[in-house]
Amino acid sequence: MAAKTIHAIYTDDDLLMQAVKQTRTANYRITEVFTPFPVHGLDKAVGLEPTRLAITSFLYGLVGLAVAVLMMDYMMIEDWPQNIGGKPSFHFYQNMPAFIPIMFELTVFFAGHLMVITFYMRSKLWPFKKAENPDLRTTDDHFLMQVDAGSHDIKKLTKFLYDTGAKEISLIEHEEDH
Amino acid sequence: MSSHYEAPIREPLVLGEKSYHDITADVSAPVLGKANKSWWIVFTIALIAFLWGLGCIIYTVSTGIGVWGLNKTIGWAWDITNFVWWVGIGHAGTLISAVLLLFRQKWRMAVNRSAEAMTIFAVVQAGLFPIIHMGRPWLAYWVLPIPNQFGSLWVNFNSPLLWDVFAISTYLSISLVFWYTGLLPDFAMIRDRTKSPFQKKIYGILSFGWTGRVKDWQRFEEVSLVLAGLATPLVLSVHTIVSFDFATSVVPGWHSTIYPPYFVAGAIFSGFAMVQTLLIIMRKVSNLEDYITVLHIEYMNKVILLTGGIVTVAYITEYFIGWYSGVPYENYTYLSFGAATGPYWWAFWALIICNLIVPLTLWVKKLRRNIMWTFFVAFIINVGMWFERFDIIVIDLSKDRLTSSWAMFQPTFVDIGTFIGTIGFFFVLFLLYARTFPVIAQAEVKTILKSSGENFKRLRAEHGDHVDHNVEQYPASGGPSANLTGEYFTSEEETKENQLEVGDTALIDSKAKRDQVNDMLDRIGRYDPDTETAGDLKKITGVGPVMEEKLHELGIYTYDQVSKMTDIDYEILDGIIGEFPGRAKRDDWAGQAKTLKNNQ
Repeated sequence: MAAKTIHAIYTDDDLLMQAVKQTRTANYRITEVFTPFPVHGLDKAVGLEPTRLAITSFLYGLVGLAVAVLMMDYMMIEDWPQNIGGKPSFHFYQNMPAFIPIMFELTVFFAGHLMVITFYMRSKLWPFKKAENPDLRTTDDHFLMQVDAGSHDIKKLTKFLYDTGAKEISLIEHEEDH
Repeated sequence: MSSHYEAPIREPLVLGEKSYHDITADVSAPVLGKANKSWWIVFTIALIAFLWGLGCIIYTVSTGIGVWGLNKTIGWAWDITNFVWWVGIGHAGTLISAVLLLFRQKWRMAVNRSAEAMTIFAVVQAGLFPIIHMGRPWLAYWVLPIPNQFGSLWVNFNSPLLWDVFAISTYLSISLVFWYTGLLPDFAMIRDRTKSPFQKKIYGILSFGWTGRVKDWQRFEEVSLVLAGLATPLVLSVHTIVSFDFATSVVPGWHSTIYPPYFVAGAIFSGFAMVQTLLIIMRKVSNLEDYITVLHIEYMNKVILLTGGIVTVAYITEYFIGWYSGVPYENYTYLSFGAATGPYWWAFWALIICNLIVPLTLWVKKLRRNIMWTFFVAFIINVGMWFERFDIIVIDLSKDRLTSSWAMFQPTFVDIGTFIGTIGFFFVLFLLYARTFPVIAQAEVKTILKSSGENFKRLRAEHGDHVDHNVEQYPASGGPSANLTGEYFTSEEETKENQLEVGDTALIDSKAKRDQVNDMLDRIGRYDPDTETAGDLKKITGVGPVMEEKLHELGIYTYDQVSKMTDIDYEILDGIIGEFPGRAKRDDWAGQAKTLKNNQ
């Protein structure tokens, strides 16, 4: 069965915001919104859950800290507890001030890089990924709201979208991918 | 809407009657266009300097460090001076993109991309010095704690030089991903705008398939915020660790607890000076004066004033403590009576004049907003901050505890050539960047357009905080969708049969183009063959028989129509005909048509 979606294109972010709110109030399902820049509050208006990337970053930071502590404890205290310039090498905590710069750097390194990699994986971004924006103007100055037509009356739905201020409305029919 | 409110006291950050599309066009213009002659001249000079420096580096590594002017007393001089100088320059980029993001400073948006680029290119230059100043640089990989065949011989984690390795590599890599992630939407913009298949391919790869979904943006903003939160302490830590190279030593003048914050302040001071130097040129060359305004320059000058003040306080503190400590060795440190009157007096006074006295002029508002003066002061600060590092390193080493090992330092041409080479390399990278990257974060600037754009500020002053005027191309008085003529609904099948108001030609192959042409004809008037006669458009310079035919296809027949054309119409013509972009504007078709019309 072919699925039907409607692409409504807006030329203004405030108009889009308003349209998104109206569409949600009217109980139509918004499947995707494409914008050329981050429209603040749009994720809330569309009803998206907050992202958990900051939490992952915190956890990655803890991993980095642990790696730094274990690495330096093993190399400096356990494996070769040498006397280098009179620095105490009997316990980790005795020489800890000298380890703090690297503990800090590795925490930041892990927290930053692993979070960015997580972001790329979650958002499915990689060098040879094909762009999926349905209209090239959505990276310039147009805003595209994709509404699931489902079993709605197309005429009624398009009239509704027209009233929200859409500049262009088009019906897209595509084969169900599963 | 109400989120666009901004206190009227704030000056606009985006000048001119800009729309979202104008921002796109202005930012992508240098990437889509061709390099001009002056770009090639500057690039050639930079490339020659770079190659010269490369020769010096190869000579050093293959012959030995002895080709430099170092001696047994002064084992660090230009190498580490330049290293610290370049690292310091790099810090402003992260400060602008990270710290100013945390403080929600909107003015950062126009400068952060270039400042970050400057960071990365400067850190690359800095990263050369720790390698090439080694006696045996081919064993540089020994600084890494890699399991090995020497019974797993590890590195010594007590050394600030090893901390440097971790700090600089973390700093470079985090800055790089921060910068790159921010570039994705802008690369996507170029990808969707370029007409060259090669560029489309390249920017398609570079943009990682960015599509601008609402979820992507939500994550993007979170990632930016967290990275800014991580990069801020990173900036502070990196230059702190660089300062530890000196501060943790026992050398009089080096051993000082003031170094970490003082070095960081100095880094921001010199980094902003370098940003000023680069952006003042770039805004002119790349026609970005509406985005990088005098206000931006003034704000950066204020940061320079602040950090310059901090550095000044540190100088005075050092000077005072040198005397107050009562330690006789402190009499010969880089900020002491000994330094001011000793053999390096000129370096001491260069530091004082360049970093302390000249920047004071920025307290005067007129000078702070004067672009030429800012450029001059920024250059002086870069010189002064080089001298600061030179003074710290060389003066302190030249007169240490044992008088029998006192010495002077004399650079050789290899010292100087290597430094010039890194400057050349830096500009090679920066010039290539300015031609191939979107130098302004257009996606970010678009978010502040409605709150800080000049035209929107004016509208707000006139209309108050009603939302209607904020909506672009949307005549609110006509009710919703008043901007639509005719049918409001087109499905894919219907689009094809949709009647064309203008000639159905191969030139107009999409609904968008037809809309543009219709809009244009509404503005310049339609040709009615019953009442008007067509003019000979070939009389206009720049219009040949082929072009005339194409104009006829679009429904343009008379001088009267052409004379009413404005820049918007020229752009539409360029987009549809696309043969000689910018030709119509250059040749001033409208002006010519007006004359022809009057002579008719």
